[in-house]
Amino acid sequence: MLGLLSAMPGAVAQGIIWGIMAIGVYITFRILDVADLTVDGTMATGGAVLVVCVTSGMNIALAMLVAFLAGCIAGLVTGLFNTKFGIPAILAGILTQLILYSVNLHIMSQKANLPLSVEKYNILLSMRNIPGAIIVGGIFVVVIIALLYWFFGTELGHSLRSTGCNPNMARANGINTDTNKIIGLVLSNGIVALSGAMLSQYQGFCDINMGRGAIVIGLAAVIIGEVVFGKIFKNFALHLLAAVIGGIIYYIVITLVLSMGLNANDLKMFSALVVAVFLAIPYWKRKLAEKSSSKEAV
Amino acid sequence: MLKINGIYKTFNRGTINEKRALNGVDLELESGDFVTIIGGNGAGKSTLMNSICGVFPVDIGSIIIDGDDITKLPEHKRAKYLGRVFQDPMMGTAADMQIAENMSLAYRRGCRRGLKWAIPQKELKLYKEQLKQLGLGLEERITSKVGLLSGGQRQALTLLMAVMRKPKLLLLDEHTAALDPKTAATVLELSEKFIAGENLTAMMITHNMNDAITHGNKLIMMHEGRIIYSVSGEEKKKLTVDDLLHKFSEISGKEFANDRALLN
Repeated sequence: MLGLLSAMPGAVAQGIIWGIMAIGVYITFRILDVADLTVDGTMATGGAVLVVCVTSGMNIALAMLVAFLAGCIAGLVTGLFNTKFGIPAILAGILTQLILYSVNLHIMSQKANLPLSVEKYNILLSMRNIPGAIIVGGIFVVVIIALLYWFFGTELGHSLRSTGCNPNMARANGINTDTNKIIGLVLSNGIVALSGAMLSQYQGFCDINMGRGAIVIGLAAVIIGEVVFGKIFKNFALHLLAAVIGGIIYYIVITLVLSMGLNANDLKMFSALVVAVFLAIPYWKRKLAEKSSSKEAV
Repeated sequence: MLKINGIYKTFNRGTINEKRALNGVDLELESGDFVTIIGGNGAGKSTLMNSICGVFPVDIGSIIIDGDDITKLPEHKRAKYLGRVFQDPMMGTAADMQIAENMSLAYRRGCRRGLKWAIPQKELKLYKEQLKQLGLGLEERITSKVGLLSGGQRQALTLLMAVMRKPKLLLLDEHTAALDPKTAATVLELSEKFIAGENLTAMMITHNMNDAITHGNKLIMMHEGRIIYSVSGEEKKKLTVDDLLHKFSEISGKEFANDRALLN
């Protein structure tokens, strides 16, 4: 029990980092209405770029910026595949993700993982100092949400939202939906890469597989956030915050089930099934409502 | 004002589903003209309108608005000339966005969208004043999500959004067809009010022959991708539904094949 309690701060810190990733997923999944699978690759890209930059002597702030931009480029590739090549969004994301696997290996000089020592380099957060990591993560969350709140309140942000909500209406009002999809994917993947950059600092290394299944964790965080806070959080900034808290809840639950004896290798299956069920709930609810209303009609 | 020169459009060319939807359409409208378009199912009415909007490119021909050739422009670039209301009330507004947010999007039709705040305080007043014209009480619900409105309310809002930045051409594609008769009458009345009030150039597809006769100063009838009959001015005012049905069978050699039109 004590062991479990002492594991909680770590779960919160990880949850915040993955919660930032979930903000990126929210932009594509909820605002643009596409499930973007690029993020599995982008997460590792962000982590790899940061480690390589920092270990080559770059300032940490600059390294984070470079990681963010690397993610933006990945999003741009998916966006171009989708809009200029006419490839469906899901497939476009899978293609970029596969490209990124090779690219990430190149970034990491063909190694599967690279260490990042907290003692040797001046980095922002580490699991050696979990309260510190939670504070840094929290600051990032606040700044990112504030910036996105502003952006999605601007003319361009509004046009992005309408693109996801009703592309026909958007075009009828003079909005270039292709460009907007690209902007959304660029922004989303930049944020995901930033999260990857934070994760590699936190865990002290980057790994070619660190993003595997990231989309599922991101979706889980978004959906948990909506299920728990959907009724009370109405404001856009709070929606984003809900996704972050969803990430924290996700990691607390994972820590719990692991302590109850779930094999760590079964974690991915467990996460995927949880997401499948949560995605199904609104569908089942609708089916049920249709059934009962058809009974009433009789 | 609007000049359409010999446009042709064939869908699924070279396949078993090949369909010649527009077969040489010429049309010229003066500024302030309000033309109603009738025709049977598959006559090419919506295809004509969608060609003007740029939903797809035409095969041959040209479309000129106010001296600008828009034939090759993509859909979003033509929007600055056009106000559109669709048949489906769900199609003209963004359901997950507020009434004010939808209006802000429409108010910037044809303008560059940058990083300025989308709804400045002073615009809210403008939106409310505009919404009052609809007489539906929407000015009190300006922060409501559009998805919460009824089909009729959404269609009225779409209409307002189509005209709030004055379009060179207003396109109404059977915009009252999906509404109940009373709401349809309200939306049609509003359309008439906006068109007359702003002296707009407008095209309206309708399946209701009575509406086609009573509204607008021109009427065209389409059949198999062609304009087979057109009438305007005093002559149009004297038309009856029977006249139109008679004209149709006389010119096309067929009965008018649109159940909805006949039922009205």
